[in-house]
Amino acid sequence: MSTAPAGVDLGRRGAVSSFFAYKRRTRLALLLGPPVFWLVIAYLGAIAALLLSSLWSVDSFTEKVVHTYGTGNLRTVFTDATFRAVTLRTLGIALLVTALDALIAFPMAFYMSVVASPRMRRILVVLVLTPLWASYLVKAYAWRVLLAPDGPLGAVFGGTPGYGKTALVLTLAYLWLPYMVIPVYAGFEKLPRSLFEASSDLGAPPGRTVRSVVLPLVFPALAAGSIFTFSLTLGDYIAVSSVGGKTQMLANVIYGQLITANDQPLAAALSIIPLIAILLYLAAMSRTGALDNV
Amino acid sequence: MYLTARTRLVLRLLTLVGLAFLYVPLAIVVLNAFNKSRTYAFPPTGYTLHWWSAARHSSAVLETLKNSIWAGVGATTVALVLGTMAAFGVQRYRFFGRRSISFLVVLPIALPGIVTGLALRNVFDVVLGLPLSIWTIIIGHATFCIVIVFNNVQARLRRTGSSLEQASADLGGTGLQTFWFVTLPNLRGALVAGALLAFGLSFDEIVVTSFTAPADRHTLPQWIFDNLSRPNQAPIVNVVAAVLIVVAVVPVWLAQRLTDDAAGSRF
Repeated sequence: MSTAPAGVDLGRRGAVSSFFAYKRRTRLALLLGPPVFWLVIAYLGAIAALLLSSLWSVDSFTEKVVHTYGTGNLRTVFTDATFRAVTLRTLGIALLVTALDALIAFPMAFYMSVVASPRMRRILVVLVLTPLWASYLVKAYAWRVLLAPDGPLGAVFGGTPGYGKTALVLTLAYLWLPYMVIPVYAGFEKLPRSLFEASSDLGAPPGRTVRSVVLPLVFPALAAGSIFTFSLTLGDYIAVSSVGGKTQMLANVIYGQLITANDQPLAAALSIIPLIAILLYLAAMSRTGALDNV
Repeated sequence: MYLTARTRLVLRLLTLVGLAFLYVPLAIVVLNAFNKSRTYAFPPTGYTLHWWSAARHSSAVLETLKNSIWAGVGATTVALVLGTMAAFGVQRYRFFGRRSISFLVVLPIALPGIVTGLALRNVFDVVLGLPLSIWTIIIGHATFCIVIVFNNVQARLRRTGSSLEQASADLGGTGLQTFWFVTLPNLRGALVAGALLAFGLSFDEIVVTSFTAPADRHTLPQWIFDNLSRPNQAPIVNVVAAVLIVVAVVPVWLAQRLTDDAAGSRF
């Protein structure tokens, strides 16, 4: 365990100080104890309890949760046609949003890293990161306003797609764009500039260099960004309820089961779908080297 | 790579389009807070401060604002203490399982909010039988705010190293003196930045909140969500949304001035 020396070691005055100075392991335990306790108990414990509770059921008479174990909920989740349709729709939307974000982020990151001056680069990074901190709900609300029948988009373009799937994909792409730009930018920063010169010395026009040199090397970074865009889309129910019209996504079905139908165990069972989807996606992406980029 | 002037221009234009995509919607919300028209007719035909005073006199807005501030203060306090401790442990010690601690800290912000929210709700409701209150909101928010303080403090500790602390110890400072007079002043910027950002994040949060807040104590973002489809509240919703944008963005700029990696501490 802790052998490498670092930090303060030589306090001699005061019983408290010297106690902490000589007992590195005690100090480490005192430092890490509370945060780890909090995260393991309040977080990992809660996730474990959630998985467990998916095996419970609801008494149809009293509407109370019954703590008897059974796989009924899981069976419903994985066989019910409606839930399957919702899952497929959610995955499709997540992929669409990811592709759209990759398309917008690639030239932005390219410009930031290769063309912009170092000063401009720093400003651009902060400009891209700042909207990330603005409220998620407010950003979804902003698109509700933009897409409103007599709203700004209608005034400029003479019409809007209205609330529905198109509006939802646009809004989600907007919400997660910074999560894509930043990893891709970091990927560009790691590219040795000499490769560009080598490629053009060997006669490749810029388009060919981008296709054969830049894209393959930046791909893990794109994959890293896609982990965010994908996982965040699977968990969204705010944007769906703001601009999605009648579109149903996984998260708002889960929310509905808990709040409206008051069926906590079924909601828990449903939440296993995004959890599994994200774990599978993470596993697939880790084969591309994406996780070294996060 | 040799880029023609035209390629550079195209890349610059695409970047501008991307930035416009990021900022125009936010700008429209702020603009609409002054829009005279109740239905946000665009372009606005006139401007007014009327909605701002209407929002200031709405008791529901003030009530939820108070809840949001309490939740933010509570969550930030917990996150400051726990995040700083975890950062010290991970950055100043070498031990088995060090990387899993970093992973554990990031997890609550990496997994979808709905999973975090549902898991916490299940613990409060079904496992512990704890009634939802401002405290359950604070517990939820603190859980995902720890990472923000952790990242800020960790980045600062990594950069400053421990030579100053060793110098203090060589000069006879006790452990506590060193901590108080050397370590803490060095960390001040990172702590303030982390606190600002954690507060901003908590103030805006809605997904975890909607699972951990009691029905009679909603936060400001929840108030917006509850009133989203009520046309007669629309102008006030818009003012509150504009306020939330400012409350979120200003701390980021302040924090960025205090420490260079503040804005990126969500990654």
